[in-house]
Amino acid sequence: MHHIEIRNVTLVYDTPNGRVPGVRGVSFATAPSEFLCIVGPSGCGKTTLLNIIAGFLAPAEGEIRIGGKAVTGYGLDRGIVFQDFAQLFPWRTALGNVAFGLEMKGVPKAEREAIALEQLRLVKLEKFAGAYPHHLSGGMQQRVAIARALAYNPAVLLMDEPFAALDALTRDEMQRLLAEVWRATRKTVVYVTHNVAEAVYLADRVIVMTPHPGTIKAEVPIRLPRPRDPLSVEFLDYQKQLLRHLTQKEEAR
Amino acid sequence: MKAVVSFVVAAALYELVARSGWFAQALVPTLPAIAATLWRTLADGSMLNHAVATVYRVAAGLGLACATGLALGVLMGRFRAVEAFFLPLVNVLMPVPSLAWAPVFILWFGLGNTATILIVFYAATFPMLLNAWTGVRAVNPLWLRAAGAMGARGAELFWKVIVPATSPFVITGLRLAFQRAWIAVVGAEMLAASDFGLGWVIFDAKEFLNADVMLASLAVIGAIGFAFERLAFGALERATVMRWGMVRAAKA
Repeated sequence: MHHIEIRNVTLVYDTPNGRVPGVRGVSFATAPSEFLCIVGPSGCGKTTLLNIIAGFLAPAEGEIRIGGKAVTGYGLDRGIVFQDFAQLFPWRTALGNVAFGLEMKGVPKAEREAIALEQLRLVKLEKFAGAYPHHLSGGMQQRVAIARALAYNPAVLLMDEPFAALDALTRDEMQRLLAEVWRATRKTVVYVTHNVAEAVYLADRVIVMTPHPGTIKAEVPIRLPRPRDPLSVEFLDYQKQLLRHLTQKEEAR
Repeated sequence: MKAVVSFVVAAALYELVARSGWFAQALVPTLPAIAATLWRTLADGSMLNHAVATVYRVAAGLGLACATGLALGVLMGRFRAVEAFFLPLVNVLMPVPSLAWAPVFILWFGLGNTATILIVFYAATFPMLLNAWTGVRAVNPLWLRAAGAMGARGAELFWKVIVPATSPFVITGLRLAFQRAWIAVVGAEMLAASDFGLGWVIFDAKEFLNADVMLASLAVIGAIGFAFERLAFGALERATVMRWGMVRAAKA
């Protein structure tokens, strides 16, 4: 049984210089609770693909199914975390941000605040529930964003390079935390990144995309026990394998 | 504290000129004379009555301006068709000084509150409208996406995302609108009000060479404007957009 199913999705951008293919004929599927990473260079259409799954963009062709149902537009079955720290609402506290989705669902105040606090505890920020985003560091803001996307219990978590703008040390810490959160919640995750090591650390399976137009180049299952050791030989072998897929394209051009 | 120094120096310079004997005392009264007049008019309640009349006109005109400017600005920012219809009208009407309308409004509505309030309304609407319009268009699209993904639609999206997201612009709009309203009301009262209002007092005092009354009224006008700007809008800003980090205090 598939959880997310992408069938033959194509999207074309209309630009002043004519029609530019964003992604072409992309198909893949995930199992329930699978952690899927999409890696590729800038401009390969990986973010476009994520935005299609999120429902922000409508594909010209193809179909998205989640839990067997075709989806159009966005909905509470998908939680979304963006790269930009500015995604949080500055006029709401960490708790207020996390509770937003539940508020839209009509969950009573006491209940939604209890759930939001639970989510903040999951990302180890319960002490900062009353803080406004501008008082939090970048890494903390991204953790609030993760808690916010999980709070209304979506079936799927979509993440667009959430840690790309963080420093290397914070990024490592965040990857460990995300792996823990994923183990605790068992969400299906689609995670877009250009960082090969990040993909090997997090993913059950990695999809490699190449640009112009964005197509799937390879699929690599990562068969390593968790928690993973980024310095192990097997880990580095996977990294090499992914890098080879990414650079072959360059040589062929 | 530095502000006190500025005021003291400015007052001392004025007092020097007033006592120099270069001008007639009736035209350039000394500060104690102005203060005495101010005290007398405050004590007999006349200054208060005039101030209340002026503040009422500003409140009414500004209230109408905010309602109209906010609603229209937000609609223009949200809907292309509304923008396309109103923008040419706004562009043509905005540069017309509100006082230029005074004779027209007096002709239509006679002397009094209606004409004065309409002049204030005209002056205050455009800064509110332009700021609301810009504010809505400047909302971070990521907030709209995130809110949409979390199920925010229609009225909830408007009140819980667009309104707070627009607040730095709206508060600035409010400030500018108040400034414009406060300037307009004094002029409007000189032309269109009869018997009441701080602007009318100044204009009326000219007939009797009462420079002390004029300057005392000016002091009251300045004080009320200052109080609104510093206390009302400053407090509003500190409680909202500054607390949220959407705007910052200037570095010392």
